Formats: sequence, structure tokens, C-alpha cells
Amino acid sequence: MFEYAPAPESQALVNFKDSYGHFIDGKFLKPGKTYQTINPANEKVLAEITYGTEKDVDLAVKAARQAYEKVWSKLPGSERGKYLYRIARIIQERARELAVAETLNNGKPIKETRDVDIPLVAAWFFYYAGWADKLDYAGLGPNPQALGVAAQVIPWNFPLMMLAWKIAPALAAGNTVVLKPAETTPLTALLFAEICQQAELPDGVVNIVTGFGDTGAALVGHKDVNKVAFTGSTEVGRIIARQVAGTNKKVTLELGGKAANIVFDDAPLDQAVEGIINGIFFNQGHVCCAGSRLLVQESIQDELLKKLQRRMESLRLGDPMDKNTDIGAINSQAQLKKIEALVKQGEKEGAERWSPACVIPKNGFYFAPTLMLGVSPANTVAREEIFGPVLSVMTFRTPQEAVTKANNTEFGLSAGIWTEKGSRILKLADQLNAGVVWANTFNQFDPTSPFGGFKESGYGREGGKQGLAAYLKGGY
Amino acid sequence: MQLLSPEAIVGSRITNQSLRRWLHSLPGVDKVGLEARAASLGTRSIKTSSKAWALDAAIKMMDLTTLEGMDTPERVKSLCLKALTPDPTDLDCPRPAAICVYGDMVKHAKKALGNSGIYVAAVATAFPSGRASVPVKLLDTKDAVKAGADEIDMVIDRGAFLSGNYLEVFKQIQAVKEACKRSDGSYAHLKVILETGELQTYDNIRRASYLAMLAGGDFIKTSTGKVTVNATIPITMLMLQAVRDWYDEHGVLIGVKPAGGIRTAKDAIKYLVVVKETAGEQWLNPDLFRFGASSLLNDVLMQRQKLKTGNYSGPDYVSVD
Repeated sequence: MFEYAPAPESQALVNFKDSYGHFIDGKFLKPGKTYQTINPANEKVLAEITYGTEKDVDLAVKAARQAYEKVWSKLPGSERGKYLYRIARIIQERARELAVAETLNNGKPIKETRDVDIPLVAAWFFYYAGWADKLDYAGLGPNPQALGVAAQVIPWNFPLMMLAWKIAPALAAGNTVVLKPAETTPLTALLFAEICQQAELPDGVVNIVTGFGDTGAALVGHKDVNKVAFTGSTEVGRIIARQVAGTNKKVTLELGGKAANIVFDDAPLDQAVEGIINGIFFNQGHVCCAGSRLLVQESIQDELLKKLQRRMESLRLGDPMDKNTDIGAINSQAQLKKIEALVKQGEKEGAERWSPACVIPKNGFYFAPTLMLGVSPANTVAREEIFGPVLSVMTFRTPQEAVTKANNTEFGLSAGIWTEKGSRILKLADQLNAGVVWANTFNQFDPTSPFGGFKESGYGREGGKQGLAAYLKGGY
Repeated sequence: MQLLSPEAIVGSRITNQSLRRWLHSLPGVDKVGLEARAASLGTRSIKTSSKAWALDAAIKMMDLTTLEGMDTPERVKSLCLKALTPDPTDLDCPRPAAICVYGDMVKHAKKALGNSGIYVAAVATAFPSGRASVPVKLLDTKDAVKAGADEIDMVIDRGAFLSGNYLEVFKQIQAVKEACKRSDGSYAHLKVILETGELQTYDNIRRASYLAMLAGGDFIKTSTGKVTVNATIPITMLMLQAVRDWYDEHGVLIGVKPAGGIRTAKDAIKYLVVVKETAGEQWLNPDLFRFGASSLLNDVLMQRQKLKTGNYSGPDYVSVD
């Protein structure tokens, strides 16, 4: 029958160096003590990465401070904007290379890095480039001032996109930055450092320090940073909040989520199925705003689940570099073990586990797309963030019950509503405690739209005009 | 063919009101979501062996069409000869499923095709507008069937549909179906053209699909090829969802035929991907999926030659028709 032949994207589009040092003050330093970064799809080593020390962090913060004092804070906004536009254009020019690099280091399918991640990265720089000379209109009064040096720590799920979310508004607002990428996915941040050189960005405006959690802690705790921006787990977010308490560092945290995707009986069913799939299986479910709890109205449960299961049968799991792969590799062995443990716990608590038949590659870290059926709100899989391709299915009878169940979580990052009734969408969007509410769609991102959480999903907003407030005096 | 009672499916006597209630209880279609899914399937990368399979499949599922006022017996004959031997340089090249012509050309097509197994499809019921009285439409159909048409491509009364007169549309399809009956008691295969470009909304297209299936259509077809918007991938995907769900509910297999505007092999392959990933492999079969096309065949032949020889020949190396 109609089998798709392998259609691999070329690895030769990207050339990694054997080893990388930090990028500080416009230059790549010699590699220090290193660790290996791998391709999670086949566990092959891609490069040696420097494990940053407190000394390295100090060097980077000093470079950022100096660049801030001497160059960046003195430039008019229109000049800063030119650099950001230039960076955005280079990202577009090197889009294929960046997409391949991201897929190799992260494990996500090439069709996602090519069609979602990298286009959004460029869009973020273009958008904030436009703001650089219009800060008077950010809603913070006339002539709002930058904070100074921003310490930014980002996760592994959207490595370059999270970098863009952090660096673009920071530079537009006039700050300089030291950014630490996640230990498992440093390579696109290092390629971005090359792009900064190519754009002739003044030395020290962007500094990249690689390493593990302690490197990040040293950065966040450094005395001379004015701003801390973190995206990652709620657990680490708590540590950071404690660490910066009592300082005058401004903080934004974008943490975990356990979003409800609520499907009413009058929903456009075929599109709701697509939205559910996109909500939980996009990026292997490594999405903080993933729709990981499906709340389906009891009267359509059977019909919807049948459609959902059939659709899941058509998902193609495998080599992330294949252009037809829908579900790639889990980013690390540690994450794979965590997902496996949580799913086992769910089964133990009485949920029924279902996955379509699919061949799991021998090497690399993979987890089949999974439904947890018959889940009750008390189950672990209904409460904890799994951060993997696992969807917990629950039902509701009335709109009120849907809202109650959706809000019954310690998180509050996002939610989805599926109904043909516009008035219900507006009412529910008001009642849901979530930073983002999608209606008849899910997991849509745009630089003009603020993004952020309620409750333990963090505080502060990224994106849009609101995202500027995090990097200017006078904002929250 | 299993016979379904429309009353049993609708759950009441068939009246305009019961049809309206039934059709309007179908789940709505979200335009943005439908089009996004169609676009994402359009990025599937079909190479080497899968491309070779798809090109052959596209030919086997083709209704090679000529529907012009200037059609002549000679022109139809030459198209039939093209169908019999699509590529003289490669006698393994598969043949299209059918030749699609106007009713008065059926006899010429039948004569040229003989017992080759290639069907003759005739457009009927005052194609393309459908604006004629019901007796005229039925006579048009009977005439084509009598001339030997294996398949009838009828058009629905879009005016009646858009004015909410679902019962009229339903009755006409049923009547045309009866007009497809041959003297030996068998039926010519009935394809129901919805003319989706005139129905405009996706909700209308889903409802018209269900109405056509309820009334006994064997195939639902997008377009006449004579209006501004003809077959598109989202529309075809929506109709494939309809036949898939119909089979789930009633156990009856209905075919889908996109027609008009499909000109390149690349497009055809995209459609096949949508068939596979929407309705399933079962529909990748000339009995359940057809392309209505005139110029598509030559592009597929050129791509086929390129895949075989490694060189792209160009339009002078395939016959015009």
C-alpha cells in the first residue's frame, strides 16, 4: 500500500565544532572542563560543551555590565532596533541550518523546527525590533529606562525559541544579557552567538554561558544582575524565587502547567481532535502549556475518543530528521524515566493506559503517544505535570463542572475551549484561571500576544507589549 | 450494495423539517482548523518508492475528462486511445479508471474503449448548472445510461439547497438514482456533484455530503470544474471525513471524487496523502476515490518518466491527448 519512503533532511546543513567554550564579550572562549551533548534520537555525541563555573559566570556578567554602561545604554532605540532586525534576517537566512541543529540536539521532528520553532524565533526578533524606538508607548510612562544586566535561564523544550523570547525583548528595552541554555540543548544558543558576531552586535551585549543547574544558580545569584528571567520547572522556579528574595532583582518565572482542554458536545469534532493532538503531542508533549488534561463532555465521550484513537493510529513516531515524522525523541533519558514512572503510577491508581501500535526505535529515547483513560481528578496523572506525550482523559456533565475541574490544579498556564457557541467561549474564558485561553484551537503562539501563568505556573508575561514591562523600570 | 432506509437513518419520516433537523445536528466545521490540518498534510514528503506508487495510483484513480462545447466524436476517440495507451514508451503504465464525457459522446467513447475495462462516465442532469426541470434531468440521465454509460455524474440543485429545500435536493437525487437503472435491473454508478464552490461554507458542504449519501449516491464529487472554486484539499478532506464517518455508522462505503483544478502530479500526491491519513488506505482504490481531471494525466506521465529514467522529458514527449 501507500507507505512513505524515508525522507531525511540533510545533516550536512549544519557543522558543529568538536567543542565549544562560552561566548563572552563577543568572543568564544577556549573550552574549559567539558561534558558531552548528544542527539537524543540516537544517543550519538554532537559536541563537547563547557561546564560553566562561578568564575565564568562572573566574567560574563562583568562583560554584560561593561557593554551596558559603555555602549548599549547609550545607543538610541532606533539603533538597537537595527541590530535586532539584522539578527532576525540572519535567522531567516540560516533557518534551515538552525532547524536541523535544533532537531539534532533536541529530538523534536524537523517538520516542527522548520515550520514552527525557527519561524517563530525570527518573528520574535522582528516584533521586538519594532518596539526598540517606541518604548514611550509601552504603557509605562514617557522614556522608560532599562534595568541593566539580565540573567536568563532557559529550558530544553524549545531551546532557540525560549532564547528569542528572552533576548529579543531584553535587548529592545536596552538591557544586556547573560543567558544559560539548558545543559542538554546548548547548541542552537551557541549558533546564535555566531549570529550575534555576524550581525556585528557590540561585544558583551549578549553572552552565553553553558553548564548545568549550579551554573544557572551562580548566574541567578550573581550580585550584579538586575533582572532574572527563568523558564522551566516549578520546582526550580521555587528555588530561584527563594534565592532572589530580599534582593532588588526583578523576576519573571514561566513554570509548569497542567492545562485542561475542554470539549463540549457542540464542538467541531474533527477539528477538536486535531486540537487535542496538537495540544498534547506537539513537541512530544514537552510543552509547559500542553493540553495534558482532556475534559470531554460525557455525552460525546465515546464518539470523540474513537476519533481521537483513530487519529493517534496515524501518528508517525521515529527519526526526527525524517520530514514525515510527527513524534520525535524524548529529550533525555532522565525525562523518559520520569514519564515512564508517572504513567506507571497512573496505571497503579486505576487509569487504563492506551497507545496505538507503533515501533519504538532501538536507540535513542522514545515514548509512544499515550492516553490515560478513566482518570479521576485525584489521580497523580491528573495533577502532576508529566511533560511527555501522555493525555489524561476525564469527563464532565455541565459547563460549571468543566470550569471547576479545569481550575482544580495548582497550575494555571493555559486552557482550551471547544464549542461552536461564542457566548460560552467568552464566559468560560473569564472563569478559567489560566494565563492563555485558546478557543477552538490550541498551542498557537505569536509575538504580539502576552504569555504567562497564574498560580504555580509563575508570574510576569512574555510577548506583546506586556513582555516589555519585564525589562523596563516601572513595569511589574 | 446494502440498502439503507433513509427513514431509519434520519429517525423519522422524510420531510423537509426532519432533513433540516438531521443535517443541522451534524458537528460544525471549524474553518481555521480544517484548513490548518490540510496545510500540514501538504508538507508530507513523498519520495522514491512511495512516489512511484502514488503516481501509478493517481493514474488508476483518474476519470480522464473532456467536457467542452467543442467536443467532437474524433476528439473523444483520441482521448479514449490515450486512456488505452497512456504512455507508448512504457506499456506497463496503468490506465485511467474512466473516461468522463457529455451524454451524447457516450456511444463514441464506448465504441473506442470496447471491453478494455475502462469505464465511461457521463455528466447528466443539465450539467453543469442543473437548471432544468426534473423530467428533463431524468431524461438526460436515462439517455446516457441507455447509450451505455457505466457511471453518471449528476449535479445537485444548488438553488434548492441554498434556499433550505433539502427535501427537493434529496428527491431529485433519489429520482436520478432510479433513472440510472438499466433494463437488466443493475444500476449505473451514481456520482453526486455538490458544486462546493457554490455552496460556499464548509458546514454546507458537510450537510450536502450527508444528504447525497442519504439519498443513495455511490460517490460524492466536489465540482463540475466550471465554476471559480473547484476541488481544494480542505474540501476533499471534509468529504473524506464524511464518508469515513458514514461507513462507521452505517457500514456503507461511499466514494469521493475531487474534480477541477488538479493539474500537477504534486497536487495529486497531496490528495492521496489526505485520503490515506483521513479516510484510510481502504479508500486508496478506484472504486472509492477518483480524480476528475483533464491535464493531470500528462504531468503524472512526465513525472513517471522522470522517476524511471532520471531525466525530465518535457511536454513534447507525451501525447497531447
